[in-house]
Amino acid sequence: MNSTPDNSRPAAPSTLRRYFGIYTMLWRNALVREMGFKVNFILWIFVEMLWFALQLAFIAVIYSHTDRIDDWSQWQVVLLMSTGHFVQQIFTAMFLSNCVQVSDHIRTGRLDFMMLLPANLRFLLSFRVVDFGAFINAASAIAVMIYAGSKLGLSPSAVQVLGFLLLCVASLLVHYSLMFLLTTTSFWTVKAQGVVWGYYNLFNLARLPDSVFKGGFKVFFTFVLPMLLVANVPAKLIVQKLNSPLEMLLLVAMSLACFAVSEALWRFSLKRYTSASS
Amino acid sequence: MQKYWHVINVGIQNTLVYRANFFFRSAFSLIPLFATISLWRAIYSGNGGAAIAGYTLAQMISYYLVVTIVDAFTAVAEDDWQIAADIKDGNISQFLQKPIDYLTYRLCLYGAGRIIFILCSVVPVGLFLYYQRASFVVPADAATYGWFALSLVFTALLQFLISYTMALLAFWVQEVSTFIFILYAFEYAAGGHVFPLDLLPAPVLKALYCTPFPYQLFFPVNIYLGRTTGVALYQGLVVQAAWVVAMYFLARFVWSRGIRKYSAVGG
Repeated sequence: MNSTPDNSRPAAPSTLRRYFGIYTMLWRNALVREMGFKVNFILWIFVEMLWFALQLAFIAVIYSHTDRIDDWSQWQVVLLMSTGHFVQQIFTAMFLSNCVQVSDHIRTGRLDFMMLLPANLRFLLSFRVVDFGAFINAASAIAVMIYAGSKLGLSPSAVQVLGFLLLCVASLLVHYSLMFLLTTTSFWTVKAQGVVWGYYNLFNLARLPDSVFKGGFKVFFTFVLPMLLVANVPAKLIVQKLNSPLEMLLLVAMSLACFAVSEALWRFSLKRYTSASS
Repeated sequence: MQKYWHVINVGIQNTLVYRANFFFRSAFSLIPLFATISLWRAIYSGNGGAAIAGYTLAQMISYYLVVTIVDAFTAVAEDDWQIAADIKDGNISQFLQKPIDYLTYRLCLYGAGRIIFILCSVVPVGLFLYYQRASFVVPADAATYGWFALSLVFTALLQFLISYTMALLAFWVQEVSTFIFILYAFEYAAGGHVFPLDLLPAPVLKALYCTPFPYQLFFPVNIYLGRTTGVALYQGLVVQAAWVVAMYFLARFVWSRGIRKYSAVGG
């Protein structure tokens, strides 16, 4: 396929530049496509905001009857939820539809065509389309985050904000790796029905305070599927709730582990792939 | 009548294809359910176990468990998407020529789908209920079961008719999915999926009761938990039945308008 032996020497700057160029083109392409359906574009933003508002309303209702959930106050939980929403929306913008489409590519045989393109296959599959509406929703999550922060009287330092953003990148990697892992299973099941549904079900856990959970449930969703880390760790850094800096390290380590597993399964499936029609 | 039995029969056979899908669906939905229950446990242990809006911890947990049961019996799964697709792809043309009523046809398929879904979720949901049995309250008398069952039938009809009518929007707009998602959001919150509606301030609850949403979920759950009794129970059932009738006529009306607008794709 690709003549650049990527694994034998470090990626040359020209390779990086080439992939950056491809990515820029894909963004332009996506923007043009998106603007073809303006009403739909705006309606989708509205739908996502409605769901986010619902979750905030849920928190408001709970806190009208109690003033603590474990050791979390109302605005701490709001900050946690908006962090979860932020990461999820960035993920939606960059990766969600790409991951969902993989099973279509396999079923229709378009995957074979993409294999022939002179670029890394996983790169092409992962970055093909961009959902711009989700960026707007991510911005709304930031607005809520800032509001919650001011309610809590927080004034995070530049280092904290930087750390928060880096942890969000790690969380994004968790989202992406797990979703790509789910979608890779469509090599066997062909129709990955319910993948998105399962994904939403799992990642909604991320928006709840981790201290609510105990026992095996907590261990599983921390060390196997790290849902309870993705929003909790960055949010806890901002509200200064981290029990130890090791939690941050754990999130980063788990994100790398998730990526490694998804890459391994991806290579394994690809090796056994025998086209759609033959 | 016979022909609709055939539809149910075929519907059951078709949905059996999705049995694994249904099984995973109901098994996976237990994860967020468990998370919600854990959340409430933490809240109750924080306030010393005092009742919240009249709910003890066991009642609160039971609320979500009964919601899961009502959902298994009445939730609309793929029906609305299929109806919209039928219209968009021109598949309904064949029904216009046959002596078969599309609404009844869809209702039969919906019923068939629910039967299979219930069968697929008996094991996971049953195990989960058993696991939570210490917090699962059961009604005191047989009459409550009866009223609950009656209300469940109304809920199912209401769920179906509302989704059906919504899907008929496909006669007018290209992409109904956004509208369906907006409706989901309202049904989800205003129906009482996320939290018991009586946690809301009284005026908000009163306003919600002017919409069909509480009758799509909250009302039967309340009957089960014994929180709606006596006159309120009878009144509620009458209102619920009235919503079913109203939605039925709305569905018929929208269909007849839609058919006038309809031009079969491809001739």
